[in-house]
Amino acid sequence: MSDHLLLDVANVSKRFGGVQALDSVGLQVPYGSIVGLIGPNGAGKTTFFNVITGLYPADSGIFLFDGTSYFPESVSEVTKSGLARTFQNIRLFGEMTVLENVMVGCHCRSKTGVLGAIFRLPASKREEQSIREKSLELLAYVGLTEFANMQARNLSYGHQRRLEIARALATEPKLLALDEPAAGMNATEKLELRELLLRIRADGKTILLIEHDVSLVMGICDGLTVLDYGKVIASGKPADVRVHPEVIRAYLGQGAV
Amino acid sequence: MLKVIAFNRLSQTAYLCLGLLALILLPWLVGFTGGNYWVRVLDFALLYIVLALGLNVVVGFAGLLDLGYIAFYALGAYSFALLASPHLPQQFESVAAVFPEGMHFSPWMVAVFSIILAALFGIILGLPTLQLRGDYLAIVTLGFGEIIRIFMNNLDRPLNLTNGPKGITAIDPIQFLGISFAKPLDLGFVQIPGLYLVFYLFLLLAIAVAIICTHLQNSRIGRAWVAIREDEIAAKAMGINTRNMKLLAFAIGASFAGVAGVLFSAFQGFVSPESFTLWESIVILAMVVLGGIGHIPGVILGAVVLAVFPEVLRAIVQPLQNVIFGHVLIDAEVIRQLIYGLALILIMLYRPGGIWQKSGTK
Repeated sequence: MSDHLLLDVANVSKRFGGVQALDSVGLQVPYGSIVGLIGPNGAGKTTFFNVITGLYPADSGIFLFDGTSYFPESVSEVTKSGLARTFQNIRLFGEMTVLENVMVGCHCRSKTGVLGAIFRLPASKREEQSIREKSLELLAYVGLTEFANMQARNLSYGHQRRLEIARALATEPKLLALDEPAAGMNATEKLELRELLLRIRADGKTILLIEHDVSLVMGICDGLTVLDYGKVIASGKPADVRVHPEVIRAYLGQGAV
Repeated sequence: MLKVIAFNRLSQTAYLCLGLLALILLPWLVGFTGGNYWVRVLDFALLYIVLALGLNVVVGFAGLLDLGYIAFYALGAYSFALLASPHLPQQFESVAAVFPEGMHFSPWMVAVFSIILAALFGIILGLPTLQLRGDYLAIVTLGFGEIIRIFMNNLDRPLNLTNGPKGITAIDPIQFLGISFAKPLDLGFVQIPGLYLVFYLFLLLAIAVAIICTHLQNSRIGRAWVAIREDEIAAKAMGINTRNMKLLAFAIGASFAGVAGVLFSAFQGFVSPESFTLWESIVILAMVVLGGIGHIPGVILGAVVLAVFPEVLRAIVQPLQNVIFGHVLIDAEVIRQLIYGLALILIMLYRPGGIWQKSGTK
């Protein structure tokens, strides 16, 4: 195994009843890169995300993250080990404020216990203060400072997507896995998102991206993996993948080749 | 600017002192105008505040619908009843041999024991129900509450542990620093009746529980609970160990009820399974929901309203009928239940978020 890979998974299979959702899928994400996972609807992209983050148990597979092998069974443990994700159908904590949403993200990097919280011990107070500051910084980072005290569910769609990213960043991930972050965004919002993603990479994080918007994916990804019917049909540089006959067939149909 | 803040601080402290003074004078005022009966009602209202705040941790914060909450109250109450009454020594010679002067554990010791016991039972209830939510969880917790009550009701044979439906009597009264709360405290210039002492003790407990709840709510733990309530999968994705956090909510909520139960049985001097029916669990849940679920001041208000309102109805329904119709037309108990139910329906129709809900919520 090469040591420049942050995430290296191979032979991941997952079956739901009669449907082979994932069939020996492999994916490599080098440190400091943006890797795109694309494919037609129902190709198994989100299932793949759910498997590597521990939401669905895999039937089989070899998983290597940051040089250590892991088997994703517990979502919270995967997050703690440094792999944070967002959701295709936005899953914010609607009743909480925007700031509180990000503060929840700091949970796994803080350790105040019951007694510390009840008695407001000095260490807990300090930690609470630093959680607040860090969360405000993250809100500024994604450009949501002015909405800090608004209820999350009252945010506009594009802002909700940004908040999910800020919340995931609060868990201090090495790998940020984004499930269709541009879905439902207009052209301006997409442009802003693109800038945000490039900034996140420039700040040393690695990104794994599921996306439908081909121009966005082609524009920023260093590598692409294409799924169709649960199988990897192509993988490589965006320019190579774009002209791969299997990819064209999957996206445009048999006659287009 | 600084002056304004300083002034606000000052006025805040002033309000706090005024409020505290009002609370200290409250039993005297109520006792003077209404008699001891109403002071007793206040005492119980304070116990209900503790119970409602405890249930609010489970239902309001963590979003786990619990219909068997009264069971933890029963555990606390029976712990003290068994450890501070003649019942066990009378039934078992071996116990009598160990405690020749009778069993008289201090309520404070039993309170600590009950916190641990109730928390343990909270976890025992929580463990098998981790995957359940909403209605399903409600059914299981309901069953749990009934199991505890039925145990209390039937554990009078073959060994008479709980004295069955007859309950346990002659439980020691509350004592604190050698002061018995069963008789008036003579301070020389003034005599404080025992009921008033109980009021102050319960007030302290309620304030302590309210502060604990507020601190928990505004901490990493409180945020984790709300996150679980809002979206469990997203909460997991934030690295929250949802299993431990749910068990913690069950344990903390239960431990409040355990303490309240100890004080209840010491205050009453008598416990029986009748005090721990499903109806009681529902009343406490109604306090939480009606007051403003998840919002501590609202829950306190809900507890006070639902504890005092039925007593007010009891007091006014009969005289009112006499005034209007000249005689009693409908039995007071019937009309009391009717108005009580109607009030619940109206509040839920017009204020679905509770009487005093969190600002900013709809």
